Amino acid sequence: MSEKQMHPIIKWIDYRLPVFSFMEHELHEYPTPKNLNYWWNFGSLAGIVLVIMLVTGIVLAMHYTAHVDYAFDSVERIMRDVNYGWLIRYIHMNGGSMFFIVVYIHMFRGLYYGSYQAPREILWMIGVFILLAMMATAFMGYVLPWGQMSFWGATVITNLFSAIPIVGDSIVTLLWGGFSVDNPTLNRFFSLHYLMPFVIVGLVVLHLWALHMHKSNNPLGIDAKTDQDSLPFHPYYTIKDLFGLGAFLIFFAYFVFFQPNFFGEPDNYIVANPLQTPPHIVPEWYFLPYYAILRAFTADFFLYAYTPIAWIMSAKLAGVLAMFASILLLLLMPWLDGSKVKSSKFRPVYAMFFWIFFLDCIVLGVVGGKPAEGVWIYIGQATTTYYFVHLLVIIPLVSRLERPKTPPESISAAVTSKAEG
Amino acid sequence: MSDTADPAASAEIDEQTRRDFLFTTTAAVGAVGLATAVWPFIDQMNPAADTLALASTEVDLGPIEEGQSITVVWRGKPVFVRHRTADEIKSAGEDDKAELPDPETDAARVQQPKWLVMIGICTHLGCIPLGNKSGEPKGEFGGWFCPCHGSHYDTSGRIRKGPAPNNLPIPAYNFLSDTKMKIG
Repeated sequence: MSEKQMHPIIKWIDYRLPVFSFMEHELHEYPTPKNLNYWWNFGSLAGIVLVIMLVTGIVLAMHYTAHVDYAFDSVERIMRDVNYGWLIRYIHMNGGSMFFIVVYIHMFRGLYYGSYQAPREILWMIGVFILLAMMATAFMGYVLPWGQMSFWGATVITNLFSAIPIVGDSIVTLLWGGFSVDNPTLNRFFSLHYLMPFVIVGLVVLHLWALHMHKSNNPLGIDAKTDQDSLPFHPYYTIKDLFGLGAFLIFFAYFVFFQPNFFGEPDNYIVANPLQTPPHIVPEWYFLPYYAILRAFTADFFLYAYTPIAWIMSAKLAGVLAMFASILLLLLMPWLDGSKVKSSKFRPVYAMFFWIFFLDCIVLGVVGGKPAEGVWIYIGQATTTYYFVHLLVIIPLVSRLERPKTPPESISAAVTSKAEG
Repeated sequence: MSDTADPAASAEIDEQTRRDFLFTTTAAVGAVGLATAVWPFIDQMNPAADTLALASTEVDLGPIEEGQSITVVWRGKPVFVRHRTADEIKSAGEDDKAELPDPETDAARVQQPKWLVMIGICTHLGCIPLGNKSGEPKGEFGGWFCPCHGSHYDTSGRIRKGPAPNNLPIPAYNFLSDTKMKIG
């Protein structure tokens, strides 16, 4: 729709507030590399899940009571009495897991194809901040039903801050608004759980703004140079994203309707009891790798005991810092990776280490879900060590030492040469 | 939609193609799916099962003396239950022939003449009329008087004077026994 084809009223508005030409430019004409594969669907999927979470969450807040005496019962009322409350809560509950599945795939996609490299460093970093905001939101949301896992999860996670020297205990008291996790804690978590998604929306706007500056990366990791290399976003990628959405919603709906408590813990259907800790506390699955890193730091862990870390801090503090570092280090990816070539397609050695890293993250997740005893302690410490060695040693070295294969001249050249060959 | 590289097809450019059919049916299924998905999000605002379970109220009529009224809460609204005196029943019956803004006979407004049951909300703008407690003004017709904008109701709860358009509404109720009534 060029300016000439616009309806006079649309034209009148557009001259004063260019929403229509903006949408035309960013959603219709928007040139997108023509070789994107299905791994590029997960960005738009994440956006849609965010909207689903907002809508279901706003609805749930209409029925939820943020008070220690009523929270658990109000959630049960949503499940039993509110019209379609069971459906809306199960969408929201499983939607949290879906959000992390989609975002983790989106991130590994970025890592594999070097999407964080110049000039998309800020785009990538905003993404890391979105992950952090999601984690805070998910954690606080998990506390709201006020079950046993809610309560003890909140207790354990807030106690992480007690590891901070000198001011730690004061900070924990400040977070709680009392001397233990109690009504003031629940109230502020509800308030912040409602706020954070809108912060995420703001970050997503920045993320998209940065994306649209230099457009999408692509499986070849080379820039689109001519018109031959890209397609207009609409209808080519709107239809592809919608098709992917259809497939994803089937996956999502399977859990909502047939396995609604698959990702949950049965203990959270027991009302919070401040006098009794459940025998085995585990966080939600999407936190398990970080939880494994946290627990890996014991007084005899060689990465702690035989390094200068032991001189300056307790193992507890080291574990907490390592856990936060495991995410914050991702901010440095654009600089840790010194390769001139983005896509792992042309970096076989790097690609091999990528898959080892991927497996390492999976194993960390498995370890995080096991009790900290026996062989799991050593597996957890080995995988934690590899996590940091990968980011701080392997990536900087391999990316600078490996001689990558030569990527094709252009995106369209890659397609035509394949067709001829 | 109809453009294609096939020259035979492009000659019949106005023809409906297989692609048009798929596009339309897919969009239609998608629209139906979306509408179905939207309904739970609207319906959740309707009264929940526990709210509906409290939708009726039982009233013990035993302690209400002749000439006395009580106010009971039903679905969050005040309901006037008046044990009318013989005089009130008589004057309500006589007023059937008076000029009424909202004509209705007294007999149509009660199941047993001595028990008048009405929702105590003025039909003008929702205030609660006075007159249900002894000592409150009962208006010019001996029934109820709304202080907000001066509506007068008679001993059958019918609007007689003032801005209200309708008589005080009668809720659904039935007598469970001589001394027990269920509203709703």
